[in-house]
Amino acid sequence: MVASAPEDIPRTIVAQPSTGDKIFRGILRASGWSVFVITGLILLFLILRAAKAFRFMGLRFLTTSAWISQSPQHFGIASILPFGILIALIAMIIAIPAGIAIALYISEYAPRGLKRPLVALIDLMAAIPSIIFGLWGLLFLEPRILGFDSWLGRHLGFIPVFNFRLSTSIAANYASSTFIAGIVVSLMVIPIVTSLSRQVFSQAPQGEREGAYALGATRWGMVRTVVLPFGRAGVIGATMLGLGRALGETIAVTLIIVPAWHFNFHVLESGSNSIASRIAIDFPSYPAAGSMGLSALMAAGLVLFGMTLIVNTLGAIVISRSRSGLATAD
Amino acid sequence: MAASTVSTQTATPGPPPADAPLRLRAVTAEGTLSLAGAAVGALALDWVLYERVLPFTGVLGFWVSWYVLFLALYTAIAALQWDLLSVRDKFFSVALSTGGVLATAIVIDQVAYTLVRGYAAVKHPRFFTQTMANAGPLSPIDVGGVGHALIGTLEQILLATLLSVPLGILAALYLAEVGGRAARPVRTLVDAMTSLPDIISGLFILAFAVLTIGLPKSGFAASLALAVTMLPIVTRAAETVLRIVPGTLREASYALGGSQWRTVLMVVLPTARSGLATAVVLAMARGIGETAPVLLVAGFARGMNWNPFRNWQTSLPLYIFYQIQSPVLADKIRAFGGGFALVILVLVLFAVARRVGGGAPGELTRRQRRRLEKQSARQRAATKGISA
Repeated sequence: MVASAPEDIPRTIVAQPSTGDKIFRGILRASGWSVFVITGLILLFLILRAAKAFRFMGLRFLTTSAWISQSPQHFGIASILPFGILIALIAMIIAIPAGIAIALYISEYAPRGLKRPLVALIDLMAAIPSIIFGLWGLLFLEPRILGFDSWLGRHLGFIPVFNFRLSTSIAANYASSTFIAGIVVSLMVIPIVTSLSRQVFSQAPQGEREGAYALGATRWGMVRTVVLPFGRAGVIGATMLGLGRALGETIAVTLIIVPAWHFNFHVLESGSNSIASRIAIDFPSYPAAGSMGLSALMAAGLVLFGMTLIVNTLGAIVISRSRSGLATAD
Repeated sequence: MAASTVSTQTATPGPPPADAPLRLRAVTAEGTLSLAGAAVGALALDWVLYERVLPFTGVLGFWVSWYVLFLALYTAIAALQWDLLSVRDKFFSVALSTGGVLATAIVIDQVAYTLVRGYAAVKHPRFFTQTMANAGPLSPIDVGGVGHALIGTLEQILLATLLSVPLGILAALYLAEVGGRAARPVRTLVDAMTSLPDIISGLFILAFAVLTIGLPKSGFAASLALAVTMLPIVTRAAETVLRIVPGTLREASYALGGSQWRTVLMVVLPTARSGLATAVVLAMARGIGETAPVLLVAGFARGMNWNPFRNWQTSLPLYIFYQIQSPVLADKIRAFGGGFALVILVLVLFAVARRVGGGAPGELTRRQRRRLEKQSARQRAATKGISA
């Protein structure tokens, strides 16, 4: 008798959106998905324009260490791609610890009145144009860092990376190197790593922080056992988005390096390269180089775009995972 | 009574009682003096080692080794007075604080360096109104300026903002208001596209608009490329703002019978207005300094071109890029003059962004609050008039 009480079944509420709402949602949905359309168009047009160069060079595109866009054309990414990755690696080695340190300082250590100015400062650092970073790196940092470079070359030269095959007493041999480009790029990556990881750090649950303190943790003890484990996914994602930025940095790298064509790990030696800077340097010669020269640049651009899109998407997925975990915790 | 005083007297010289509360942000004389001592000691030791004993040179190396010595000395001093746990705590709070100092120093250094070097060009009063049309390689510094690049930058960024902001905010509304499972890939891609290599959007517009559709190389093509770069930045920033609009406001609107589009239009957007403005201005600040997208599709003009839809147009970053590569000294100085103008523009946009908003949505500025108070006082007076 109890079981057969039909009026206890809750009524399901089905909200029927009005016509206006349907149109409204349609517009919003279309705008949201336009990001996919744009990404797809970028891929499509780069592939269309790059096809000619790929057909011309075939697999040699991957093994050629030269970029001659005027006939007889001969170009490939065998040296520009690894040089670019090396610059990005140096940038990340500096930017990851620095970015995390700044993020931890802002979210955990800074006095309350200092937090907002510091966050604004990091935003400003992200907005400083890359051309200004380039000017600063070329004319302010480079003359001042050469002494440090030669110190590294002379005293730590036994480490293969710092090994120096040229004369160590000539300053010009240290200029325009992979190392200097990496340092400047690292400064442009730091705000990305900082702002993303700061957001995750500041969301570490208050109860667990207080729990750690109640168990007698010092501030560092609390950070190590609560904030850092909580923010791990966010930091990994931030690092990958920063890596995407470092791989694609154009103008600052273009201003600092001089092109080198034989890939090597000796980061202190003068000369480096990257896909983005190759496009920027080579582009002015395009009317003379004709459609093949342009297609070669599109091919390089396609490689860069594919690489950064994969790295960035993985990073964004990792970040969104950490964020969706938050949503359930709320 | 007497017994208790005796016991406290015997306890004072020894270690503090075990359950004394740990003061996390305490500033003590020992702490400050240890820091200062380590800093001065490291400076002296570094000077002796770096400048006198060992054959090192270079300003940067000096400060790097100073920092390492400072951390080592500070740890040693801390280890003499405190237990291992506190030493570790002190070490990390000092090491992490330098992160904050480092970021501040870099930003100030870059901004100040550009402003100082740029002043040599900017002090000529006509620098901002002249163009490079009449300036040859031998022209003195007071001939030629950034007038054309300034106009180009302003026109291009305005067009790019007009193109990217409406779409960006609609996309952000999709993520925040419609959402759901289908929105997740969109958010992921927007996140990924925020660090799209800047040269790619230039290549894309070159391949798509210039070579396929036949749009001439112009300021408008440049602003298309800028819009591609700015769109994900606007979307991302606007979504963060829309997300913190309290859900209760939306529910209140629904409870009054509002449909979704009226709720968004009359409740969500007005509440988030200041935050959205900040998002837009920050995206403009990012877009205004982009060189690489513009490099491929704007061409490079030496003279004034007011029309962004026809002929080549130069923007400030492009101007700097070409001037700094010139072997002529006056050109390099002009490049820094352009840098001066660009940095000032970015700083102004930043100041505007902070002025407009930065507070949480719904949080009123002093002026807004005063206006509201005046309005309600007027209404009160009006109702009093009716009742009397």
